[in-house]
Amino acid sequence: MSVIVRVPAQLRSLTGGVGEVSVESGGTLKQTLDELFVKYPDLKGRILDEAGTLRRFVNIFVSDEDIRFQEGLETKVTDGQVLSIVPAVAGG
Amino acid sequence: MRDGPVDSATTSTDVPGANARSMILGGSLSFASALRCKECGKLYPVQALHVCEFCFGPLEVDYDYEAIGASVSRESIAKGPLSIWRYKDLLPIEGTKYVDLGAGFTPLIKAERLGRYLGLNDLWIKNDTLNPTGSFKDRVVSVALSKAQELGLSVAACASTGNLANSVAAHATAAGMESFVFIPADLEAAKVITTTVYGGNVIAIDGNYDDVNRLCSEITSEEPDWAFANVNVRSYYSEGSKTLAFEVAEQLGWLAPDHVVVPIGSGSQLTKIHKGFLELSKVGLLDNFKTVRISGAQPQGCSPVASAFIEGHDFVRPVKPSTIAKSLAIGNPADGVYALDVVRSTGGAIVAVSDEQILEAIRLLARTEGIFAETAGGVTMAVLMELAAEGKIHKDEKTVVYITGNGLKTVEALAPSSNVSETIPPSLDAFMDYLEKKRSKVLEGMK
Repeated sequence: MSVIVRVPAQLRSLTGGVGEVSVESGGTLKQTLDELFVKYPDLKGRILDEAGTLRRFVNIFVSDEDIRFQEGLETKVTDGQVLSIVPAVAGG
Repeated sequence: MRDGPVDSATTSTDVPGANARSMILGGSLSFASALRCKECGKLYPVQALHVCEFCFGPLEVDYDYEAIGASVSRESIAKGPLSIWRYKDLLPIEGTKYVDLGAGFTPLIKAERLGRYLGLNDLWIKNDTLNPTGSFKDRVVSVALSKAQELGLSVAACASTGNLANSVAAHATAAGMESFVFIPADLEAAKVITTTVYGGNVIAIDGNYDDVNRLCSEITSEEPDWAFANVNVRSYYSEGSKTLAFEVAEQLGWLAPDHVVVPIGSGSQLTKIHKGFLELSKVGLLDNFKTVRISGAQPQGCSPVASAFIEGHDFVRPVKPSTIAKSLAIGNPADGVYALDVVRSTGGAIVAVSDEQILEAIRLLARTEGIFAETAGGVTMAVLMELAAEGKIHKDEKTVVYITGNGLKTVEALAPSSNVSETIPPSLDAFMDYLEKKRSKVLEGMK
């Protein structure tokens, strides 16, 4: 079971310049991110804080829906879904 | 390729190639010295970058205030154009080649009739409905697209709730730039028409503003050579709102007011008005040094910042908007926490008002001062009314309310309750009958 993770320009130096990566999904977003961090360990500190929670200025969308309106890091992730990591500061 | 960050321990004057230029050439080039992360303080050279690559915090323009103070004066400003560009020394643009439709220097009106109604003796209205495309967005877009051209970006784009769409489309056309404007599909018809008329690409998204915003952030990563006004050139764009403070102070005779009331969508405008007053103090342009109390206005149908303020939180929980004030319908406000900080640190308040209050306030402003505000202006007015009624504005405080968008853009909101007084045949008798009836009613009412 795999999902696509979209990586913003600001983090692409940590993914070899790649904007879209495929990772195995562990069932929840948290488990999927763990898989992502195995591939790209430097991403972890940019996305999660020391307590393992989502950083204040990072948004993650599962199938275009903000995870803060879903189950947060416990949001279910299913085969073929797209995860987008997006800087929170924009708009207005 | 973007330039990398500068070590956070350095000061802005250590950013290579920045200050030396402004110090040598004075006002002809920008005094903007760097971009600074508001969260971790990391510095970056001036470029098309809006968030810190380390913590994703927002980047804000840093200036060499000492050099500005030595260069700018009330006289030099007075010699400038009657637009935002009279404050060019405090804006992050080099040279004098602006993308400019004449934004800014809108009237500041002493609101005698409204003030009497509300029991406020020193009330002023900053009437920003009179900008080229009818809202304060012309200020920020003029700065954003000027910077875009300076950075060699040839496509203008934005995520918009309408006012920004108007302004980006108009300014892009005038500058010969291709434009892509992204809007929620349910936007007011007038805002769509007043965008498409300029002929750029207008993309309606089947979702709310936050969906549009997220999409635009993703597109920015794929199209780094585009200037998304409120994404990758947002750090410059937002600086344009400082001119709302500069103008008010200048129009008051270089005095800061006691209290201002500002609408909150993303929260950017409120924080930049605050920054504007602080900058005027820093460079020695104000006669009075004081903390300007800053109060914020949100509609109840989208009030994440007001909720955080009332509940005492230092974070802003995103919401799904449902309000007639569509230009404030930002459920996940980028600068919400900073707006909270500003309001709390200056002793202001944040209030949320209902759709009914918004409509009542639009009518009150129109019927006392002859100014037709859009629904966001109705929000700001309604909050002013609440603050006055609750005694949170002292009757002698010099108070400025910012009305930032024109009512002609949101006529749908008023349409259901807008009726003519009478329909009559084209005859003098018919009219005299109507007049007599009306005057009799007035007399009856007086009895």
